[in-house]
Amino acid sequence: MQLQLEHRVTPSFRMMLLSPLIAVGLTLATGAIIFASLGKDPLAGLYFFFFEPLTVWWSFEEVLVKMTPLALIAAGLTICFLANVWNIGAEGQFIFGAIIGAILPVLFPELQGYYVLPIMLLMGFLGGMAYGLVPALFKVRFGANEILTSLMLVYVAELFLDWLVRGPWRNPGGLNFPETRQFHEFASMPIIGDDRLNIGFLIAVAVSILLFVFLTRTFSGFGVRLSGNAPKAAKFAGFDRNKTTYFVLGLSGALAGLAGIIEVAGPIDQLRPAISPGYGFTAIIVAFLGRLNPIGTLVAAFVLSITYIGGESAQITIGVTDKITRVFQGILLFYVLACDTLIVYRLRLRRATPPAMDGSNPQEASS
Amino acid sequence: MLSLSGITKRFGTLAANDAISLEVSKGEIHALLGENGAGKSTLVKILYGALAPDEGEIRWKGKSVRFANPAAARAAGIGMVFQHFSLFDALTVAENVALALPGDRKLSDIAKTLADVSKQYGLPLDPQAQIGDLSAGERQRVEIIRCLLANPELIIMDEPTSVLTPQEADALFETLRKLRAEGRSILYISHKLEEVRALCESATILRHGKVVGTCDPRETSKADLAAMMVGAGVADIRAATDDRAIGERALVVNGLSTQPASPFATALKDISFAVRHGTISAIAGIAGNGQSELFACLSGETLMQDASTILLFGQPAGTTGINERRRAGAAFVSEERLGHGAAPTLSLTDNVVLTRTAADPEMTTRGFVRRSRARSIRETICEAFDVRRGSPDPAAGSLSGGNLQKFIVGREIGRVPDLIIIDQPTWGVDAGAAQNIRQTLIDSAENGTAILVISQDLDEIFEIADEIAVLFEGRLSPFVPVKDTNREQIGLLMGGEGFEPSNTGQLNPLNTDANEPAAGGGHAASA
Repeated sequence: MQLQLEHRVTPSFRMMLLSPLIAVGLTLATGAIIFASLGKDPLAGLYFFFFEPLTVWWSFEEVLVKMTPLALIAAGLTICFLANVWNIGAEGQFIFGAIIGAILPVLFPELQGYYVLPIMLLMGFLGGMAYGLVPALFKVRFGANEILTSLMLVYVAELFLDWLVRGPWRNPGGLNFPETRQFHEFASMPIIGDDRLNIGFLIAVAVSILLFVFLTRTFSGFGVRLSGNAPKAAKFAGFDRNKTTYFVLGLSGALAGLAGIIEVAGPIDQLRPAISPGYGFTAIIVAFLGRLNPIGTLVAAFVLSITYIGGESAQITIGVTDKITRVFQGILLFYVLACDTLIVYRLRLRRATPPAMDGSNPQEASS
Repeated sequence: MLSLSGITKRFGTLAANDAISLEVSKGEIHALLGENGAGKSTLVKILYGALAPDEGEIRWKGKSVRFANPAAARAAGIGMVFQHFSLFDALTVAENVALALPGDRKLSDIAKTLADVSKQYGLPLDPQAQIGDLSAGERQRVEIIRCLLANPELIIMDEPTSVLTPQEADALFETLRKLRAEGRSILYISHKLEEVRALCESATILRHGKVVGTCDPRETSKADLAAMMVGAGVADIRAATDDRAIGERALVVNGLSTQPASPFATALKDISFAVRHGTISAIAGIAGNGQSELFACLSGETLMQDASTILLFGQPAGTTGINERRRAGAAFVSEERLGHGAAPTLSLTDNVVLTRTAADPEMTTRGFVRRSRARSIRETICEAFDVRRGSPDPAAGSLSGGNLQKFIVGREIGRVPDLIIIDQPTWGVDAGAAQNIRQTLIDSAENGTAILVISQDLDEIFEIADEIAVLFEGRLSPFVPVKDTNREQIGLLMGGEGFEPSNTGQLNPLNTDANEPAAGGGHAASA
């Protein structure tokens, strides 16, 4: 007896919906084992980690605050990944967008007025776009792998931000702390909740819906899906591969940059050496958990956001390290990718001996 | 010698092989006949140890066996020559052979053995030649010799003539007869009836994974064999009438040359021809002589330096993209169905959007795709071209090769284009669907469409074309009217014998003996 993967004739639609749920279930089960091995009550651990954040309004609001950047970045990454372009550097685009967007309140604090915030958002958007276009340019012009270039640019952006806030952009009245001056009231995101929830959340929801419509209803969105799916067919349909690369990297960079400026103009209200707990990387998990669908990523962003809040909550209540958050996120991505196999394959129990292939001629063509 | 009984192999719900039984005796060439998708490849993979059967027994020399892998089959004395070669282009013949041999042997030894074997069986070959420089026929010789060095008692040959010229095929048959005379058995897989009748003394015919008959092909008529293979008699094609109107030049190509994209790609050299409304012009040639490169240039997937290299309906079009050419009235059917002409994981509706959006203003409103229109076009195509599918809108990749090709051809013809450029219209398509597609092309030509067919299938070309040229090593011979030539002549040209490329600006006869001034003709003549 042995377990075999059998290729499905058509991909299973049911599994397409079920696979993220199975992945979440397996993550919970693995989480229980981890808590138990740490000597904690597994059920209590899971409760504090995954459910407690949803039980009171202030922490629920905090979940929505944290999901805002995740949803924005992941929506952009979805477009990128669908086109088979692998932007791993959203973290860098997030930071660069935040830096460019912060130019007005940091360097020109005397400019006050309702026009300041829209200009900041636009500059953040454009800054992220410019930073996303760098790996696109390298890929198109020199054939450089965008996974490597975009990832390496993350560290460039991090160090650039670090230098700015310790050096030229440091708050002159800030007692030498490595941070910029606080943003003034016209440079801060309007609050819509009780505490820190701001209109950035509405922007994230709106952007997700717009991208969903773009992907499923427009010819250009069709081209994006097609170029990931069947590049030659995309060319046959008249879509230029290079233009698509520029478009998806530019757009996903722009949305990460927008998320960056929303984050610093919202919950943080200034630039510091570290402005992101790895949103740009976590958004990769969000994009896959959300089935590379901008509406799905909204839901997935909510789930991943819980792990951030839950990590803090579990640290306080049951005394585990907050690194557990990254562990859970990693486990979740692992299970999501593994469960996706079930969309195209089904599990079968078999008695027959396995076919041994020597790979001498894996001939596909029928004769 | 070899006896299979009750071999069954299922893939999901599909039984690719359903209780197949087969006998091959010593010193016989046994044909395994069947259409694409009949289960021939699956059966052979089982026999060769590349797949495990779900049920059934293989008896080899009287003993029940089950080969765990191809190496075990080779050790037992079964060799195979695959349809697609597995050779390294950058290595020499001897090096390629050495790679397949077990143990440590000196290259010079191997080269000597190689020379001996090639002399013995009439397979001339230079052991030091680089594979990349060899023709398809020569590469096949390498595969055959590599197989022979293991001294097999049964040789499986999978569609060996699909890449050969008629003359090369004849030479291959001589070799096979020699092998038979030595007492070796050959399992010969094919769907070409003529060669099976010329070569084999027994045949097993497969259809839909089942054995539908065994016979002596020498004593069975071609029509009977075809009927067994296809299931029903295939209707003959109705030829185009002679009194149809031959119109102006739809496509003129003038001195088209390209640089090779990779060391083993084919460069096109100074290609010139024209295609008129109401005619079917065919370009014959063995695969790899520049067909796909030429198609890419004509479709606009590869752009020209000079716009006037390609004239579409009289307008310079060499530098315009595929969608602009579609808008001008051209339609394209690529050789590769999956991944080029259609996106396998997308639905048929999405695949309508793929090529029908550019030239159809009603398909989009302000960039938004009108799915209702795409769906109705999909239904029209599927009904008109009898596309069989499991559900109303399945993924393109789930259709059989023949049905998908009918869909793709239907998608392009359904536009009623003024020019169709079609690469390998019926490659890997079952006989029924092939007939359907060929008839569609003839009907379109009669309605005034200009058609350029690129094909390796001489039967097809002689069935539908008005004029023929041969593409050989990136050069094109002059077009000749089909009534002034024959398979023998074209076959020689395909092998490069007596091949002379046409000159720049020299147009095919159908295009020069017409009196009326043709659109774009001025450009062509002056170039």
